[in-house]
Amino acid sequence: MMTRTTIAAALATTFVLAASVAWAQTKATFDTAKSDAALKAAFAKAPADWAGRLNGDETMQACSATNNAPDAAVAKIIQEREKASIKYPPDGKLVGDWQKGEKIAQSGYGLRFTDYPPKNPNGGNCYACHQLTKAEVSYGTIGVSLREYGKIRKFSEADTKAAYEKIYNGHAAFPCSLMPRFGANNILTIDQIKDLTALLMSPDSAVNK
Amino acid sequence: MTKQVRWLTALAWCFSMALSGPVLAQDDTERGLDKYRQMMKDDPWSNPGNLDADRGEALWKKPAGPKNVSLEACDLGKGPGKVDGAFAELPRYFADADRVMDVETRILWCREKLQGIDNSEFLKNPHPGGGAPVKDVGAIATWIASKSSGMKFAAKMEHPKEKEILALGQNLFNRRMGPFDFACTTCHSDSGKRIRLQPLPYLSKPAEAKKVVGEWPAYRVSNTHVMTMQHRILDCFWQMRMHKVEMGSEATNALVAFMVKTAEGGEISAPGMKR
Repeated sequence: MMTRTTIAAALATTFVLAASVAWAQTKATFDTAKSDAALKAAFAKAPADWAGRLNGDETMQACSATNNAPDAAVAKIIQEREKASIKYPPDGKLVGDWQKGEKIAQSGYGLRFTDYPPKNPNGGNCYACHQLTKAEVSYGTIGVSLREYGKIRKFSEADTKAAYEKIYNGHAAFPCSLMPRFGANNILTIDQIKDLTALLMSPDSAVNK
Repeated sequence: MTKQVRWLTALAWCFSMALSGPVLAQDDTERGLDKYRQMMKDDPWSNPGNLDADRGEALWKKPAGPKNVSLEACDLGKGPGKVDGAFAELPRYFADADRVMDVETRILWCREKLQGIDNSEFLKNPHPGGGAPVKDVGAIATWIASKSSGMKFAAKMEHPKEKEILALGQNLFNRRMGPFDFACTTCHSDSGKRIRLQPLPYLSKPAEAKKVVGEWPAYRVSNTHVMTMQHRILDCFWQMRMHKVEMGSEATNALVAFMVKTAEGGEISAPGMKR
């Protein structure tokens, strides 16, 4: 027969086990001022104009706080805010040169501490995460495959605009997307984004072959 | 065969693998690496990282610094001079320093307190460039880690400061920052993903963390040197478009604590061998 003590001991063991299993999953409230301070100290020797890189903006803070799974209300706020950041080419033409786009997709150059002073234009490094052309077999899988992206969408005007917008700022379509905001964060120029749009949406592009 | 001849033979084989074609298909590369890892298991001296561990042992025992003493009285947590199994219980809280430290941070601390060395000059450039051997602190860390090889990660993480740094590590792991909006989770919060052809471990998942965390410090073939965990974290921040993270900082110790805790029970096989 189980005594009160053994029941208590068994319960305590259960709690300890549960606590050790659950620790990694806990969404404990954490004072982010502590991580602000820890990062500030860890990057104290960085040049003064790098200080802004430590703190994400409102959108990044919301995404970090929810492990990139914001609830519907937060997601809507993010989408609206990020959509407002998107700038379009003055002449309204969204499709550039797909061959230039391919070079941008291959290049991971730019904004790393070894990239100063800049020797090349920034790259988009699309292949790090996405499959694009058939010829390039060295592609990552964090993002979806973009093989035949335009062909599948019948090269439609609406999808061309959507592709431009996703490269410029993916959070307008997918709040808390893992993809960098290439236009909104000034990683790529509008012309470079047009070239990448061409890589995806031009019927001549190797992506669609 | 002498130790040196053995590892040189293995290294030459590895280079011939790397140079045997313009671009090797992923399967061939993986097969080659598997064969290389198996060779290393059959003959531990095929891992050049062991030479750095040897160098680390000599550095540990050699009198140095203004006080001209060795590091042999350094307390890695199990008492002064006790090295066997110490790495398996790190990071841990050290009352004398009143903070949680990983192996590299603790070596820096002992250099300063025991040997009287001012670390500030060393900390300006604490990691090797491509091709250069791991620096002294990293070599010592490699030796200390190797003295826990075959053991399991068993950091207690019960002291309030240990719990605090663990929570910080978890928060930092999820925190998006820099112009690319990257966090550790961008690459390390899913199974079976890769960057280009490089497979990525899901580091916040115990089953995957257990497999890889214990391989560090590791000889990294692409860099031709041993890379320590503090250096490996700096490399991730580089990719995240962040600046050079300070070796031994609260932030890097928090990330080490988070990974080691997630890998609790996983086997240590340091120095490991990476691509």
